[in-house]
Parts: sequence; C-alpha cells; structure tokens
Amino acid sequence: MEATISTFVLLTITGLGLGAMYFLVASGLSLIYGLMGVLNFAHGAFITFGAYVAWWITDQIGGSFEVRLLVGGACGLAFGAALGALVELVFIRPLYRRPVEQVLVTVGLALALGALVYGIWGADAKFFPIPDWTLDTTTILGANIPNDRFVEIGVAAVVLVGLIALLRFTRIGLVIRAGVENRAMVTALGIDVRKTFTLVFAIGGSLAALAGVLSGVYYGNVDPVRGTSLLIYAFIVVVIGGFGSIGGSAVAAVAVGLVQQYANFYVADWLDWSGAGDVSVMLLLASVLLLRPEGLAPKVAH
Amino acid sequence: MSAVTALRVEDLHVYLGESHVLQGVSFSVAKGGVTALLGRNGVGKTTTLRALMGLVPRTRGTVEVQGENVTRLPTHAIVRRGVGYVPEDRDVFAGLTVEENLRLSERGGDGRYDLVYDLFPELRERGRQRAGTLSGGQQQMVAIARALLNDNSLLLVDEPTKGLAPLLVTEVAVALERAAELATTVLVEQNLGVAQRVAQHVVVLDGGRVVHEGTAAELFASPERVRELLGVHGGHN
Repeated sequence: MEATISTFVLLTITGLGLGAMYFLVASGLSLIYGLMGVLNFAHGAFITFGAYVAWWITDQIGGSFEVRLLVGGACGLAFGAALGALVELVFIRPLYRRPVEQVLVTVGLALALGALVYGIWGADAKFFPIPDWTLDTTTILGANIPNDRFVEIGVAAVVLVGLIALLRFTRIGLVIRAGVENRAMVTALGIDVRKTFTLVFAIGGSLAALAGVLSGVYYGNVDPVRGTSLLIYAFIVVVIGGFGSIGGSAVAAVAVGLVQQYANFYVADWLDWSGAGDVSVMLLLASVLLLRPEGLAPKVAH
Repeated sequence: MSAVTALRVEDLHVYLGESHVLQGVSFSVAKGGVTALLGRNGVGKTTTLRALMGLVPRTRGTVEVQGENVTRLPTHAIVRRGVGYVPEDRDVFAGLTVEENLRLSERGGDGRYDLVYDLFPELRERGRQRAGTLSGGQQQMVAIARALLNDNSLLLVDEPTKGLAPLLVTEVAVALERAAELATTVLVEQNLGVAQRVAQHVVVLDGGRVVHEGTAAELFASPERVRELLGVHGGHN
C-alpha cells in the first residue's frame, strides 16, 4: 500500500513537472493564435534554440552550476524573445491577411531553423550543466522526488501568475484580451495592434525558450528534436485549453502531463504496452473535441 | 474647401470577394451637425463606413478627413486623426467589463468620463459588469460611449438603433444629438424617424453610388422623393 501511494505521488509530481513545460510552450502558442490567428509551427524552434543558447553560454562561462545556469537561462530567454520578435516582424507581418501562406512560412521556418541547429551544434545531445541539488531527491509520502521537478513546477507557477497579472492589470494585457476577442475593433479604437503582435511573439518566444531550458534541467541534456517533441504536446494542450486562454492552457497542461504519466505507468504495466501514455493523451484530446470542441475556455484571454 | 469640410470621399471603390459593392462613391460632409447616410438594404452604407475606417480594402478612391488625405493610412492611424467609430452590431468586447471597454478606447490623456456618464448614467453603475452580459441597448451605450470618450472631430455611427426597443431608440437619438454638438457625425440609419430627427444633411446611396445629396429638411418634405430614393414612406417610425 505504501509503495502504491509513493508511486502515485512520484507520478503526480513528475506529471506536473512535464505539464509545467507543456504550459510554458502552450501559453505562448495560445496567445499568438488567439490574438493573431497564426498557427506557429516555428514555435518548436524557439524551444530548441533557447535550450541550445542556454547550454552554449553555460559551456563558455565559469562559476558555479547555479550561476552558469542562471546566466545561460537568461541568455536563452533573451534569444527566444528576440527570435520570436524577428520572426513576427520579418515573416509573419507581411502575411497577416494570408493565413495559408502564414502556416507554410512557419512550417518552412521550423524546418530551416531545425537544420540550422544541426548545422551549428551537430546531431548529438549535449550534456546540460545542472546543480547537484537538482539531482537529489526529497521524500514526500514515501516517494523520492527528484528536486528538479519542483524547479519546473515553481517556475511555471510564477509564469502563470505573471501572465495573469499582465493580462489583468496592465494596458498591454487589456489590449491582448480585447484583441483575442476582436482584433479589427481594437484597431478601430486607435490602437496599433501590430506592436502588440510583436510583443506577444516575443513573450511566446521567451516562454518557449524557458521551456527549452527547463527541459535541459529535466532530461539533463538538450538535443535537436527537443522543440519538435514538446511542440506536439503543446498543440494538444492549446486545443484542449481553448485558443487564447492562459488559464485553460494551465489546466490542460496539467491534465496532459498527469494523464501521460499515469498511463505510461499503470496502463503500460497492465497491458505491457509502452505507448500507452501518448495514446491516452490522444484519447483525452478526442474526448474534449467531441464534448467541448471550443476547448475548456474558448477565445477569451484570461 | 478643406477648412469647412470634415470629410471628403472621392470615387471610392470596394470589392467584397467578387462583388463590386462600392462603385465610385463620392460625397462631402461639412463641419458640424449630422449627415445621414441613407439607402435601401445592401446598397453599401455599412461598407462605406468600414471603407472610410480602412477596415475593408479599397481598390480605388480618396478619403480626406479635415483636409488630410488618409486613404493609405491604417485604421488605427485614421482613428488617431480624430475619428470615432460606432460599428453596426456594437462589437463591444464581451469578456471585458464596461469600465475596461471604456478604458481601452482612451487615447492620450483623460477620457471624457463625465460626459459619457452624464449621457449614460447606467454605465457608471455597471462598470464592473462584463459587457457580454449587458442587454443590446446597454451594449449600444458602451459602443457610443467609446466613441465619445475621446475628443474626436468626426464620428461614424452605423445603425445605432438597430434592434432596440422604442424607449431606447429615443435615448440613443438624444445621445446622437449631444454627440453632434461635439463632433461632425455621419450616421447610417434605417430608422427614418431618427434620421429625420437628428440629421441636417442626407446622402443617399443606391447600387454602390451616391444618388442624392442635400438637406434633410428638403428630402423629408417630399414623401414621393423619400419613396423613390429609399423605397419607404417618410416620417417617424
């Protein structure tokens, strides 16, 4: 019985850690689609580049693991923000009235930026320098939880609170919430919504990069397909949570992370089937689409 | 000419898909008062206002506001030249509170809250209510208040009484009269009673072109002309 509880606790906190990364990716994707109607397939490249830039900086500088991780992470975030803003300004802005071309250009960017990562850093995974204490465990109800899980959950919680505060208490948040509902009417009030588009892309880019950095802490390495693998789940989270909703993304990310972990352990154990986690997430997605096609919190940024 | 002209539209053409909706609309609006943009359903009145705002692509033509050519400006830049817009169907932000809807439309400096709350006291009481939960009439008040909050020189108002109960129609007409004291107003209105009450000038569209321009008094004095141009009987309704 004790082992059963400790396993459940371990799976729950690990699922929340995964959900934290899904949320960071999905929140940016969700705001970008909700506000601009852009389905950004290049978002995965923001994750990968953010992780690699963070890794590269940590590899270049001296100091403790904590300092290197903080400096590298900050650089990764800044790079993600700059990349997001650049992609919006150069590739997306000229195509705002052409949604098909927009999707094509983001797919092309995803492929090109992915190839660039291979070209610069090669195909092998890179060891991500992490402090020893993140590898230690904390015992909760008999479960030995790796400490990095708490870092991921804590960072995502801070981001969630920060995003909600941004949306609720700032002028730019007001513009984003209104823009998610009716972009044309926001411009008809005299607001240059294009500046908000660039800002939201920058926010999305930095959050994706943050997810990339945290994935480096979670897995202990970075690899060229990190962004692609996280992006698939992030898209599922966005669809379940509702496009444009930060709260919806948070709930959906937790649900996806937990379902994936529980199924990977319990169902895989029961049926001796390793793909149970992914299939369960797909079943969750299909159920939400059938019962609530607009997602948990439709088309309202909050 | 430009010193007394609030709005000048010259040879405006708009296509919506394959449909050539505006086929060379030209008219001028003098400063002050209300000009009613009239016509049967589907003749291009709403499209004209949306084209003036830059909300639909214009294939040809010139738009001048206070003598300045704004044809190539994006919507937000046109608005910042002092143009307020009250769209058909209100388009309030349903997920935002009344107060947030108003705050969003503030442009530089303090909004004229005393004015809008004087016109629509209900909005002050419902400041924290989500606009999506308001009645149609209350949403129309929010839409008009957003345009009046700033010191605009030109207001474009699209069917503000559409779908409203008679009592609310009167309230909106009073608000329009007050608005017209503050800014030149171009009003698209199907309710001829309201148009006759508030407008001094009329521009009538048919088939995507202007077919009549003149004073409101002159048009409404001739029921035959009203019937001929608008396909309805003149007078209050």
